[in-house]
Amino acid sequence: MSDISKMKNPYKPYSARLDNIKVETEDGNLKTFRIVLEEKADRDAWSHVAGQFAMLSIAGKGEIPIGIASSPTEQGYLLFTVNRAGVVTTALHNMREGDRIGVRGPLGNGFPVDTELKGKNIVIIAGGFAFTTLRATLIYMLENRSDYGKITVIYGARTPGMLLYRDELEAWQARDDVDIHVTIDREAPGWDGLVGFVPTIAGQVAPSPENAAALICGPPIMIKFTMPPLEEIGWTDDQVYLSLENRMKCGIGICGHCNVGPVYVCNDGPVFTRAQVQKLPVEY
Amino acid sequence: MKVLKFDRQAIGEWLSKLAEDYDIYAPGESSQGTWQLISDYSQIDIKSGVPEKPVKNFLFPQPETLLTFSTVPDDPDAFKPREPEDSGRKNVIFGVRPCDARSISLNAMPYEKDTYYKANMEKNLIIGLTCNTPCSTCFCTWTGGSPMGTEGCDISLTEIEKDSFVARGVTERGDKLLCLATAASEASDQDIEKLSGLEKDVAISTDITALEETLKSKDMMELYNAPFWKDIAERCVNCGTCTFLCPTCYCFDIQDETLHGRGRRIRCQDSCMFPLFTLHASGHNPRGDKVQRVRNRFMHKLKYFPDRFGSVSCVGCGRCVRDCPVNIDIREVMRQMLTF
Repeated sequence: MSDISKMKNPYKPYSARLDNIKVETEDGNLKTFRIVLEEKADRDAWSHVAGQFAMLSIAGKGEIPIGIASSPTEQGYLLFTVNRAGVVTTALHNMREGDRIGVRGPLGNGFPVDTELKGKNIVIIAGGFAFTTLRATLIYMLENRSDYGKITVIYGARTPGMLLYRDELEAWQARDDVDIHVTIDREAPGWDGLVGFVPTIAGQVAPSPENAAALICGPPIMIKFTMPPLEEIGWTDDQVYLSLENRMKCGIGICGHCNVGPVYVCNDGPVFTRAQVQKLPVEY
Repeated sequence: MKVLKFDRQAIGEWLSKLAEDYDIYAPGESSQGTWQLISDYSQIDIKSGVPEKPVKNFLFPQPETLLTFSTVPDDPDAFKPREPEDSGRKNVIFGVRPCDARSISLNAMPYEKDTYYKANMEKNLIIGLTCNTPCSTCFCTWTGGSPMGTEGCDISLTEIEKDSFVARGVTERGDKLLCLATAASEASDQDIEKLSGLEKDVAISTDITALEETLKSKDMMELYNAPFWKDIAERCVNCGTCTFLCPTCYCFDIQDETLHGRGRRIRCQDSCMFPLFTLHASGHNPRGDKVQRVRNRFMHKLKYFPDRFGSVSCVGCGRCVRDCPVNIDIREVMRQMLTF
């Protein structure tokens, strides 16, 4: 039997402080929490890959799995953009800067930014508030710009006020080494950008599948309708990376909540190629 | 490894000696026929077959405290999680049937990284008792076990004739416990011969062979899409009894509790039979239908788990067969999957 005193307790969160809280959307339902791990040893030990998630833990309320919105290249803090939906997210939304939370992670596999995606043309397609781990991925790629070919981003939200990371979107639009298409669902006063659903814009942009990979995150309906226009121009399922979400408790492949057939979203994912997902039951 | 021979009195004396350092649990004489803390051998009442509750409750205490924390706002350590202190007291679980004992090592595979499960394995010493009289609901031999099996035990006892037992040390720590049995004698060649004779005699006859290999060779999505799940699930009432009594159902929930400035994070058994198990905060439920949940339980035990870990996640104890209120029989499910 292994010596358990040498094993790391996988259920014990790091203690962290809410360092900055930013309201992201006009409805107030999405906030970005910047957190700092309290112990230097924990900060030094922390190392994540874009696309991974962590369990945010509020003692007395519970834990929730949330994608890490900051890039590994952003040192000293972590960002989580959280939609207010249930018990823990509501408690988190009611907290103030300086309050203590717990963080358990990083968990899951993340996007293969240093392996399969290296040297490829990258197409990032996001809808609504599913842009968080893709923000982490985009920043990581821009920091390591020479490792990737052309980078195209298609991002849509219902209204201009529902777009995440507005300041950063503008800064990226000003760059000439990334091609950004930001769209909203319907015409809105003061908006002079693209109008139309993400699948429509994806069809118009028509990114070439040549030596390329697409990372798509959004509501299931958006993903469903985004695939046909891409398939029409030659995209295949093994070039498309998705990030799944399911209810989870342990985050390390034991508790049984998040399984999609034989795979655990927490441990085997959350990132899968569409080719992998197509071989699984629709239990996500 | 040590092989000793006991009569009932010698076992009684041995257990009294062990009780100085360990809490001894065994199937008790209460009407439930389930695990009880015992102080003397006369309280033990072992009937043929398995006790009502599986041995997993010693490995998954209900509930199990994972962390404790203060909720007093002025406390500088408020909401900082701490690991609970351990009393250091160990248990000896006496009279564990081979199916139950085997579940401990099967569950250890997914729990490889789980420090609490590992600690509980170290905390609980298992004295197994092999089966001379299998019940009508027993089918351990289908799933890779045996009525004479020793897997998961520290010591394995066999009643070779009325009131006469042979004890085999299975692990090092089992041997150490046997060293304390001063009233026992070394087993004779004749005793060991009787033991091997029983090994041949008590096999459960079945036409099911190579269950694991056959299930592993099947296509996962074909099994998943099989039409028989609808029929199996139709009468299921989603009560979850099967999951709570199953020695290899190991899913859990994590919850926080707070009272008067103190809090704890606990885990407790959960059941994939319940819609809440998979419900998203958004209201979306990936397994919202009963048939999806019933299928998930059997597919997990008989396809997903063997594909990942090599063995089916079922030890053939028959509790789910015995206690299902609508008579769903996992053996029938196995037959349907095997012949599909």
